[in-house]
Amino acid sequence: MLNNSAENSNINESFVKIQNFFKKNKRKDTSSFLNKILGNKNLGDLIFEKLTLLFAVLVFLLVIFMGWEMYSHSILSIKKFGLGFLVSSTWDPYREIFGALPVIYGTLVSSFLALLIAVPLGISVAVFLSELAPSWIEKPLSFLTELLAGIPSVIYGLWGIFVLVPWLRDTIEPYLQNEFPNSPFFQGAPYGFGMLAGAIILSIMVLPIISSISRDILRSVPDTQREAAYALGATKWEVTKIVLGNAKSGLVGAIMLGLGRAIGETMAVTMVIGNRAQISASLLDPSYTMASAVANEFTEASSDMYLNALIELALVLFVISIIINILAHLLVWSTERKWK
Amino acid sequence: MTFNTKTNNDFEVKPSHPRHDSVKISVNNLSAYFGKTKVLKDISIAIPEKKVLAIIGPSGCGKSTFLRSLNRMHEVVGGTITGSIIFDGEDIMKQDPVYLRRKIGMVFQKPNPFPTMSIFNNVVAGLKLNGFHNKKALAEIVEKSLIQAALWDEVKDILHKSGANISGGQQQRLCIARTIAVNPEVILMDEPASALDPLSTTKIEELIFELKKDYTIVIVTHNMQQAARVSDFTAFFYMGELIEYSETKKMFVAPVKKQTEDYITGRFG
Repeated sequence: MLNNSAENSNINESFVKIQNFFKKNKRKDTSSFLNKILGNKNLGDLIFEKLTLLFAVLVFLLVIFMGWEMYSHSILSIKKFGLGFLVSSTWDPYREIFGALPVIYGTLVSSFLALLIAVPLGISVAVFLSELAPSWIEKPLSFLTELLAGIPSVIYGLWGIFVLVPWLRDTIEPYLQNEFPNSPFFQGAPYGFGMLAGAIILSIMVLPIISSISRDILRSVPDTQREAAYALGATKWEVTKIVLGNAKSGLVGAIMLGLGRAIGETMAVTMVIGNRAQISASLLDPSYTMASAVANEFTEASSDMYLNALIELALVLFVISIIINILAHLLVWSTERKWK
Repeated sequence: MTFNTKTNNDFEVKPSHPRHDSVKISVNNLSAYFGKTKVLKDISIAIPEKKVLAIIGPSGCGKSTFLRSLNRMHEVVGGTITGSIIFDGEDIMKQDPVYLRRKIGMVFQKPNPFPTMSIFNNVVAGLKLNGFHNKKALAEIVEKSLIQAALWDEVKDILHKSGANISGGQQQRLCIARTIAVNPEVILMDEPASALDPLSTTKIEELIFELKKDYTIVIVTHNMQQAARVSDFTAFFYMGELIEYSETKKMFVAPVKKQTEDYITGRFG
């Protein structure tokens, strides 16, 4: 009993200390100028709130500013070529005639070809990781696919030059030409460097993005959906079909994020795509992308018009990738939010 | 029905358990595990045909695991079982789980219609999965199942709308219709009304009363009044063991075991 009361008095002492602490820290003068501004809010909270808001707005302004900056520095070429910039195929720095169609074509075609390879692979990987793999294999495999995304692109480029390009040149491209001698897609000399090499490199680079985002999307489909299907007598494949149906729009979003990455990718593609501004149906022919053109030619741009044209190219790339990314994120969000 | 006598012979009825004329599923010495954790200990129960069996007990007593063992959903989440569960004269572990789950349907705690499918397609989802596509027959089954699930009048004009756009109580009846549509023999219900409002709960309970004319029903519930209202037999589980199993009337009036009495009078749990 004695022991108990001693403990009690200790606790009481602590309570008194706590109460005193709060009294001391209470805002005393409620009529002061500061309090009129603050209202019911705490000063620290208010600063915290406004400061974070400021940073968030800054990021947004930065994007706007970049866009405006590119616009103002490409005004010469915008005024001279107008919409013709997007549809003309002559890229001649010497005569100062600039048409971006070949590089826009190269960018879009290489990206879509990359998706053609990466989407089936990436979605399969995601289905395996989220629906089928036991957890001891799922964790290391997830880690590895995400690791692929972290490899610097110049390393992919080097691998492309030393492994992929010789392999394409010596084995794959001659084989394709033999098998399909009349196909317009496999005409011309098999250099190795070209559209096919660029698309393959890109597909490897966007694969981890598509697979890891798709995996997260599939995981966000609640287990109650899987159970409902199992309980109706569904096989594993049928359960997976239902899960994929539920995740459809999110998966499209994941694919578009991959597309966004592919369109903007510079280094690795530049190293293997051949860098020739031309429109050719053949996948073996060299091609060129917007990002590659800007990176390659920026240092050589001797005249104002040349520089303006390159910056306009960057602006086009900027707008395309922003639109794709916004659409993609909207789709991903809408799927993930549906289940919350 | 020969298998009934067969299962009766296989099954040694414990003296304290009720005797049934016709046993639908006989569970013998069932133990269930998650990894190494034993969540069900040596359960033996004869589940009577076309009656409602209620499983009651405090949270974590293994009642849901028991239910999910019956249609092999326990193994979907990585669990294992020992002992035998005889259905249709054969151990369910020797049967094809896909076929078994068509015979033993399940309704879950939270209504889980397929949100990307219309109400119509939700009802026939199981049939379509199984490759049945005759349009006229499907339409008939939809109507029949929804009538049986007491939902037809409420949704007959919005069959093309998403299964997620109706109220929670309607969604649960939709899930019941979906289960009925594959023509099962047994329906397992895992706290089917616990996420619903009182009015919807009443509807589900009335529905269970109707359904037992055609189906064997096993219902897990944490609501003792509900067990008393809807079931013919009640089994009380505690800490993974079957403590008492008898006719519902008997159990709620004169429980034999002290633990049962404490639980149903609200002294613990």
